[in-house]
Amino acid sequence: MLKQTPLNAAHRELGAKMVDFGGWDMPVNYGSQIEEHHVVRSACGIFDVSHMLPVDVKGEGVRAFLRRLVANNVDKLQTPGKALYSCMLNERGGVIDDLIIYFMDERWFRIVVNAGTADKDLAWMQDCNAAWDANLSLAPRRDLAMIAIQGPQAAAVLHAAMPGSEQMTEGLKPFNAVNVGEMFVARTGYTGEDGYEVMVPAKSAPFFWKALLEAGAKPAGLGARDTLRLEAGMNLYGQDMDETVSPLESGLAWTVDLKSERDFVGRKALETSEITRQLVGLVLLDKGVLRAHQRVHTKHGTGEITSGTFSPTLQQSIALARIPLGIAPGEMVEVEVRDKKLQANVVKYPFVRNGKALI
Amino acid sequence: MNIPADLKYTKSHEWVRVEADGSLTVGITHHAQDLLGDMVFVETPAVGRTVSAGEECAVVESVKAASDVYAPVAGEITAGNADVEASPEKINQDPYGAWMFKIRPVDASAANGLLDAAAYQALVEAEAH
Repeated sequence: MLKQTPLNAAHRELGAKMVDFGGWDMPVNYGSQIEEHHVVRSACGIFDVSHMLPVDVKGEGVRAFLRRLVANNVDKLQTPGKALYSCMLNERGGVIDDLIIYFMDERWFRIVVNAGTADKDLAWMQDCNAAWDANLSLAPRRDLAMIAIQGPQAAAVLHAAMPGSEQMTEGLKPFNAVNVGEMFVARTGYTGEDGYEVMVPAKSAPFFWKALLEAGAKPAGLGARDTLRLEAGMNLYGQDMDETVSPLESGLAWTVDLKSERDFVGRKALETSEITRQLVGLVLLDKGVLRAHQRVHTKHGTGEITSGTFSPTLQQSIALARIPLGIAPGEMVEVEVRDKKLQANVVKYPFVRNGKALI
Repeated sequence: MNIPADLKYTKSHEWVRVEADGSLTVGITHHAQDLLGDMVFVETPAVGRTVSAGEECAVVESVKAASDVYAPVAGEITAGNADVEASPEKINQDPYGAWMFKIRPVDASAANGLLDAAAYQALVEAEAH
């Protein structure tokens, strides 16, 4: 039996094509994935991301616990509502999950984890809680739904759907959140556009979803979410990184804080392991579509595509690939696609931001 | 479900039209394009290539996934549709107009062994359960 979000009936009413997404019954599109992609780049699309799990970590010393738990430094979080993207590593320096941490107050941080890893993450956090005698409470918040409102018109849509929210979210900077009534509104997203991710009590979610549609938003499925995040150069857990690879070979060095003295899980492994690979962007010059796991041939050896798709914005195929160090943007590589070797250009990603091509 | 009664079908979701000259025109069904989603790439077989029944001979790729298209019968490829290669979205817009290739069968009666519309409809319904 697939798990359902509080918006399941709403998706079916809209004629969504539903798929099994890691055990969740989720909308992959509502007709055309490409149209939904363009709507987010040009206007406003809304996504049900309620399969992701907020976990409230509460108690005395929660900050010290998180300093040790994750690779980024939660001391960067000093004002309530501020958010931080981080990896949670194992002792070998592999990525257990990537997550967003919100600072609520000194006794309460909220962590949003991926759907597919939620059970594993929670078990790991509980093990650490016990092993370190932290005595914190870890509460999974399945009573909350999450809706991402994304696109250049996201703010206008949010304000129209939520009378009174304009004043409360005015001046809300990227990677900051604020409570608006019973909702938790964060200026975050996974599309490379302006937008919000709103946590709302499950029982209120269908009403809020409807209000957003009435305010002019279009529903967008997980298909468009994937092409948007890839154009925006954002990693997907399980594809671009996992427990077997270092964040330093996954384009995530910027999220690993090695400057502070913290002894976080995985630090020793990161500091002693040799980095031989890098995550780069690829743009296919030939016709075809790059896909995950295709082999990439470079002058310094072979690598592999971790995520690939057709970019609706660029109208050509793009990918993230893990290849040997020493290959620079502008160089050509060959990708094995079925029985052919196709030419691709190494580029710095993101590929697209705020509706504009960057390559 | 759009399954024209005048066409033949395969279990791998190709449609086949028997032309007056005995050649077969092949595309993918409405159901197939619906499963794959927005098409972004099509590769048709080379003219003159001989294929056996069930052989991979064309490729369609949607944003989501790549899928092979199979020869419905043994024969020789007599045409590929450059128009769908240039505009793959036509497969979504008009799956029974956007043909992919034409084949001259080795056995002129080979198409008789393919599914009719009722049998294909039953196949699609069975797969949905």
